[in-house]
Amino acid sequence: MRGDGRVRRGPSGGPPPAVPADAARAAEVRAITESSRSLRGPLLPILHTVVERFGYVSDDDIPMIADVLNLSRADVHGVVSFYHDFRRTPAPSHTVTLCRAEACQSVGAGALYAATAERFSEDSGVEVGEVFCLGNCALGPAGMIDGRLHGRLSSDRIEALGEGWTR
Amino acid sequence: MSTVWVSADSAATSVGADEVAEALAVAGITVRRNGSRGMLWLEPLVEVETDDGRVGYANVAAVDIPALIAGGLDGGEVDGLDRIGVVAEYPWLARQHRVSFARVGVTEPTDLTAYIDNGGYAGLARALSLAPEQVVTEVTTSGLRGRGGAGFPAGIKWETVRTATADVKFVCCNADEGDSGTFADRMLIEGDPFTLIEGMTIAAHAVGATEGYIYLRSEYPAAIAVLRRAIDIAYARGYLGAGIQGSDLSFDLEVRVGAGAYICGEETSMLESLEGKRGEVRAKPPIPALQGFFGRPTVVNNVLTLGAVPMILADGGEAYAALGVGRSRGTQVFQLAGNVARGGIVEADFGVTLGELINDFGGGTRSGRPVRAAQVGGPLGAYLPAARFDVPMDYEALAAADAMLGHGGIVVFDDTMDASAMARFAMEFCTKESCGKCTPCRVGSVRGVEVIDRIRAGTDRDANLVLLQDLCTTMTKGSLCAMGGLTPMPVQSALTHFPEDFTGGTP
Ligand SMILES: Cc1cc2nc3c(=O)[nH]c(=O)nc-3n(C[C@H](O)[C@H](O)[C@H](O)COP(=O)(O)O)c2cc1C
Ligand code: SF4
Ligand code: FES
Repeated sequence: MRGDGRVRRGPSGGPPPAVPADAARAAEVRAITESSRSLRGPLLPILHTVVERFGYVSDDDIPMIADVLNLSRADVHGVVSFYHDFRRTPAPSHTVTLCRAEACQSVGAGALYAATAERFSEDSGVEVGEVFCLGNCALGPAGMIDGRLHGRLSSDRIEALGEGWTR
Repeated sequence: MSTVWVSADSAATSVGADEVAEALAVAGITVRRNGSRGMLWLEPLVEVETDDGRVGYANVAAVDIPALIAGGLDGGEVDGLDRIGVVAEYPWLARQHRVSFARVGVTEPTDLTAYIDNGGYAGLARALSLAPEQVVTEVTTSGLRGRGGAGFPAGIKWETVRTATADVKFVCCNADEGDSGTFADRMLIEGDPFTLIEGMTIAAHAVGATEGYIYLRSEYPAAIAVLRRAIDIAYARGYLGAGIQGSDLSFDLEVRVGAGAYICGEETSMLESLEGKRGEVRAKPPIPALQGFFGRPTVVNNVLTLGAVPMILADGGEAYAALGVGRSRGTQVFQLAGNVARGGIVEADFGVTLGELINDFGGGTRSGRPVRAAQVGGPLGAYLPAARFDVPMDYEALAAADAMLGHGGIVVFDDTMDASAMARFAMEFCTKESCGKCTPCRVGSVRGVEVIDRIRAGTDRDANLVLLQDLCTTMTKGSLCAMGGLTPMPVQSALTHFPEDFTGGTP
């Protein structure tokens, strides 16, 4: 049996984390980690909170989280790299994440994705990404634009939604 | 003036329902936010309360609100608006058999009083009057099978957990709903979250669990918010926590958010993820019912499985078993998606045919072109041609047609569908979403994409078709889980039913 899942702080396994570049961020990541430590299986909730707060998981966050949870850096790194949600670079000003799964493909999502990627290819402030199903499959093509779900999308509609964007 | 209802479901808000509600509120109208009735092609659907019931207007935009208000909000015809009459009597809805979705679209999702007034928590009340083994017996009697895809009998799983001994047991709800063409879990959670909470509480009593977790995908932010609010309310009103409703039952419940990995819908991968690890699939045995979350006996059930439980306990297992056909008992929540004119939720007794769903309910394609095929049961499900739409929608009949029900999603395609492109996509999806643990899936899918590309290009077509079939056999036989094991299903069904799309070289 693998224990009961509650993480307890034990003697630190490895050397202390190197001095992080951003001390304020490091302190906050430590606080986030400590406040979730008593959960069963706290790592995903912690990583979600870090991404919500800072937009991404930085190289310095990983040893910090590992230290508090008494895990190896490789363990934490392995988890971060497994999941799409835990991005490793700062988020751009705007994100257009289009569904490319079957139901949306049946109403033209493939062409819409290609056209949108092309439309913003020169624009470093807008990141066009793909996702497989947003649960809006009767009103496709679907997409998340700056975190908000849209249905019946078209190039014109995306253009209109992006009109006021500064970047 | 009349109260007006506007859905807050995320499908409705994805096409402007929030703006409609806002325009009404600004004009001083009392607006209430329900879930969606599941008639998604009509959204935003605005419902005006009248003495005859709630009268609906379809596809309303914020700019239509002045006209609607000028019309007097009396439920009558309004120039320029599509009035559909009393919503509950609308034939598309009235023809369904709403059991799990009885309250969705009717009540405000987090109004616990309305939930109880509409039959909610009657199931828990009865369950608490029964011994745990009697509760399991009711579920076994109902014939309820898992709605997440595999169709395993829920009562048998619960009995395994109930009779296991451990320091702690868990109930984990699988709300990862990653299949393209499915959205019923999301809509039940957004539209009637207490149904799931009640179902999990009954499961806890039945098996002796004290903690529950709902693994809800991060792609569903609105569902996460609604469910967390509902859980807070349930705690505040004594429906969660210690000594639920004065009984001995204590049950704590928490939402955990997924992180964008399809494979985490596979139950052992989900448990790994809940434990804070990479979502790699575990070898079975041991089964989760005996060694699940942190090695303890764990019920893992889909949202719709658990959502059916309150009614089963309230009305008795026999009543549920009286619905459906053969070994598929009760109702199934079908989801009509893709290129379909009238997409949404159709809850019907098992045994309705695929053609009735796509043609009678769905009204054919949205594009107006002929229906060519439907993919049934998600990305690992088969493509069926229109000629096979007479298949009854139950577990056994679909299996006999080399297809599967999966989570009940039906994705419609018109005659512009390219079956070899869809087969290629199935392999591509597997390369992206494989957990990487076993070779047939991880490497086989990459090879699959290459081979299909060669077939599509017309290179050594016959040899590559043989290679593709061999590859499918290897994946089916050699994969640890159904991700690699079932990816061949869409590929081979496309080959079987649409061989003309694999002739290669032609546009
Ligand atoms: C690749 C893969 C993805 C799956 N995704 C889901 C899912 O999103 N939701 C779900 O309930 N079950 C999913 N399942 C099925 C689960 O493994 C499991 O059978 C189910 O959660 C058990 O609950 P049930 O008996 O109530 O259906 C998936 C299975 C596989 C192989
Ligand atoms: S079949 Fe694919 S997803 Fe399943 S365990 Fe093997 S590698 Fe992982
Ligand atoms: S397939 Fe695009 S939202 Fe489901």
